[in-house]
Amino acid sequence: MSYKVNIARQFMEAIPHSRDLGMVLTEIENGVATIMMPYDERLIGDPETGVVHGGAVSALMDSCCGAAVMSHPSNPGATATIDLRIDYMRSATPGQALSTTATCYHITRNVAFVRATAVDEDTDNPVAMATGTFTIEGQGR
Amino acid sequence: MRKPPEPVQVIKQRRDEALSKLVGRVPYIQYLGVTFDRRGDELTAVLPYADKLIGNPLLPAIHGGVTSAFLEITSVISLSWVTLWDDLESGELEGDSTAFRMPKTIDFTVDYLRSGLPRDAYARARITRSGRRYASVHVEGWQDNREKLFAQATGHFLMPKPRSDKP
Repeated sequence: MSYKVNIARQFMEAIPHSRDLGMVLTEIENGVATIMMPYDERLIGDPETGVVHGGAVSALMDSCCGAAVMSHPSNPGATATIDLRIDYMRSATPGQALSTTATCYHITRNVAFVRATAVDEDTDNPVAMATGTFTIEGQGR
Repeated sequence: MRKPPEPVQVIKQRRDEALSKLVGRVPYIQYLGVTFDRRGDELTAVLPYADKLIGNPLLPAIHGGVTSAFLEITSVISLSWVTLWDDLESGELEGDSTAFRMPKTIDFTVDYLRSGLPRDAYARARITRSGRRYASVHVEGWQDNREKLFAQATGHFLMPKPRSDKP
């Protein structure tokens, strides 16, 4: 495990909500971040099927997009979400962990543009996709 | 002859029971601690502050994902509530659990206008279009001042199939 991933993991652990949902940052490098969130019965949105609530997917997407921005080589000091759109393409399969990969594909002095995809074990068929814009606050150089 | 009006307590109990059944079925709503205030058919969602909702411990601020989830819950419950209302009032809901099926989110877009402060948050949804299959919802979230929104969102939803095509 690289030094950077280690720091990022500790960063995730310091975020109370992400820690509470058991999110684990598995990859972070050059504006790309991957976060895994285990299946949890507390997150069920549809009691008849056991499918996870869209809101929990949002929390995962938002965390992951923010992490991607923070890992961009231009080294932003801090970031906050301006807007985030999520398309829910199918229900996540009950019992399976969700994994999201976010890419910060463009960054200006003030704004970062991010795309993200969430999958369960069927990695060829995304559960949800997100696009968002984020603020850039202070350069950490 | 006109039917005598129902006693107010009977009406209130029927509505509150249906609302708590609708909300109480969803584990994720319980996990976040979201509750709903009702005035007639108008709902206001309440997100009581809890430490586990924090996303930025330095500010501190509520997690953006929590804000998004809160607004999405408000939208889905408000939509279900409107769909449920007529059957609830005409007494056709008795023992029919399929009536509590929720719409599915197609897409949801959140504007983060201010950081969510470590205190209670409120939200109200307006259904801008409600068709047989699709619905559009706009939802506003605020904390201390109703006029100062901390977030707003728009979403599109797929409505559940009607309970039964009534004969």
